[in-house]
Amino acid sequence: MITLADVAFRYEEMAMLFDAAFPQGAFTAIIGPSGSGKSTLLNLIAGFEQPLSGRVLIGGADVTARPPDQRPVSMIFQDNNVFAHLSLWQNVALGISPSLRLDEGQKRRVAAALGDVGLEALSARRPGEVSGGERQRVAIARALVRDRPVLLLDEPFAALGPALRRGMLDLVMAMQKARGLTVLMVTHQPEDAQYAASHTAYLEAGRILALRPTAELFASPDLPGLHDYLGDWRHQPL
Amino acid sequence: MTRYAPARAPAYAALACLLLALAAGFLPVLRLGLAQGLQGIDPYIVRVLSFTLLQAGLSTLLSVALGLPLARALARQAAFPGRALVLRLLNLPLALPSIVVIIGIIEVYGAKGWLGGVFDVYGLQGILLAHVFFNLPLAARLILSDLERIPPESFKLGAQLGFGARDYWRHVEWPHVRSGLPGVALLIFLLCASSFAIVLTLGGGPRSSTLEVAIYQSLRADFDPQRASVLALVQLLLCATLALIAQRWGGLSAGWPMLRLSARRYDGADRPSRLADGGMILLSLALLLPPLVALAAAGLSRIDVSPLLLRAMVTSFTLGAASAALAFLLVWPLAVLAVRSGPWRKVMSLAVLTSWIVPPAALATGWFMSLIAWSGVPGVAAFLVIAMNALMSLPFVARALLPAMAQSAAAHDRLCLSLGLSGWNRFRLVELPVMKRAIGLSLVMALILSLGDLTAISLFGTQDVVTLPALIYRQMGSYRFDEAIGTALVLGFVVLAFSSLAERWSAAR
Repeated sequence: MITLADVAFRYEEMAMLFDAAFPQGAFTAIIGPSGSGKSTLLNLIAGFEQPLSGRVLIGGADVTARPPDQRPVSMIFQDNNVFAHLSLWQNVALGISPSLRLDEGQKRRVAAALGDVGLEALSARRPGEVSGGERQRVAIARALVRDRPVLLLDEPFAALGPALRRGMLDLVMAMQKARGLTVLMVTHQPEDAQYAASHTAYLEAGRILALRPTAELFASPDLPGLHDYLGDWRHQPL
Repeated sequence: MTRYAPARAPAYAALACLLLALAAGFLPVLRLGLAQGLQGIDPYIVRVLSFTLLQAGLSTLLSVALGLPLARALARQAAFPGRALVLRLLNLPLALPSIVVIIGIIEVYGAKGWLGGVFDVYGLQGILLAHVFFNLPLAARLILSDLERIPPESFKLGAQLGFGARDYWRHVEWPHVRSGLPGVALLIFLLCASSFAIVLTLGGGPRSSTLEVAIYQSLRADFDPQRASVLALVQLLLCATLALIAQRWGGLSAGWPMLRLSARRYDGADRPSRLADGGMILLSLALLLPPLVALAAAGLSRIDVSPLLLRAMVTSFTLGAASAALAFLLVWPLAVLAVRSGPWRKVMSLAVLTSWIVPPAALATGWFMSLIAWSGVPGVAAFLVIAMNALMSLPFVARALLPAMAQSAAAHDRLCLSLGLSGWNRFRLVELPVMKRAIGLSLVMALILSLGDLTAISLFGTQDVVTLPALIYRQMGSYRFDEAIGTALVLGFVVLAFSSLAERWSAAR
């Protein structure tokens, strides 16, 4: 369970206040207009931003004061998830040791993670020599070896085409189920939320206006902002 | 599609002027230098060349070795009080004429200075000190701008993966700095290998003379054109080689970056990092501040508004305004074509590169020999100073004009074409009002460069043509150091006033 207890934050002129509990072991999508605070929400949970007041709890433990690396969290960004001068293998291995000194067992874990995301054949390449989708797979493999119970995804597949995006979602969903991860994913694609997420949160102007089972949220008549945001996008049966 | 086609005649005229200036500079040097062949390379020239390389190499090494940790400290400590002030201070040495800073350095480290005896200010130590004073901030700024281009996600990733200072350095900072470092080093080496004022004033004799100063001495003191041309050839080869390598590394196109806010960082908050960074910043301040403070403190009471000073000021402004106008007239017609045509863009960048790498003293050698028959004609000296300074300021004028010119071309070409607006009318009604900031900036940059020039005025100046830097040098040489300090402070004020104007214009664009 990830709990934000009256977490206040200010970015330039915008005051934000988050108060919510995200269900444990579930895949939650986070949607809302640009500038509504979606990325800030993830940054607060990951520890990249410090709340002005309030507490962040993960699995019952108060992590508000902990630095990012001491939180049970992995985060994947939209881009720049990899270091361009390191091989894919090294990029994944960083998840185990920043000094890249690994013992045999750890090396096997890196190889297994690369295998799980289908990159074993490319492990010696550098990020510049593989596709954008493959670079995001590296980030997923690194999250696998880090093995933290919470996975945060900040529009991770926004730059990919529909088929590729669906494949990546499948990968994350399989990982979530196999390990019982708590996943929060910021997305601008309602169909991604409907495909992958059991729950969806809707944000507007720095507040979480609703956090409901996905199908219920998209059918909610009480969120006028949501319908403006979605425009003429209609719920498509999957 | 029909395109707006500006007149080409002015561009051909500008090119002809440039070619003439280069031909007058290099043909006599080539003829006289090559005629002597390898025999011209005597032990004296070898010694001068080795000293040039030695001092430039050491200056570069020191500047980069200190600039790298300073840049990292400023990137890592993004929020300490006074950071903005430190960044502004880093801009100062590049804005000030070297002769002004030299006076400050002598005031601090000279025999009678505050810290007299710490360094021997005349000779290699003094040259290195002055070069580091100018190039440590340059190195730090260029490296800092590389560090600030690191994507913010890399720091987030590092924070998440538990990176320590060494891991950040190894995986995040160093890979980003590494590719730009050779360019930074080459640029500084090139500047130090052709620096004139510092070596002339602090060299302290023939044992520590560089090519540039040796050329000046052969021409003006010994009147030995043969030796001057061999030196000029060597200097030309050296600078051209360095510039071509630097161009390949992208160092010259890196330019003078604007300082901006850096990305959010999660490292550097621990005690050892803060101590190291703070120490580095304090060390740099200890190096940069004293000469500036000494100059201001000692100079204020010694400003003597003498007729000599006023005359030098008038001369400085007259020559500066003329060279700014000349530089503008040379660049504008080329720029008009360069933003609209690929081949002209190449011509333009070649012209800019040439004026950037041509060592002034080497060029002056040829001009000297070409015009020796006219040496009695009044006004020749002033004209040569103007021409030399205009040539030296071409890259800066071009850099100020080109972006605005390209913008104006993209925005107005089709409308002007449909209205039949071209030539002088278009300049008057469209470019002049739209680009007035950029035009002003280009003129002020050229003026600043010319106001601080000691090279051209030393090479061509006469008893009657004395600018402020020349007056300072003269006062230094005739044991009137007190007067030199006052004059240097006046020159410093004038130049800073113009460069803050330039900064405002370039920021407002």
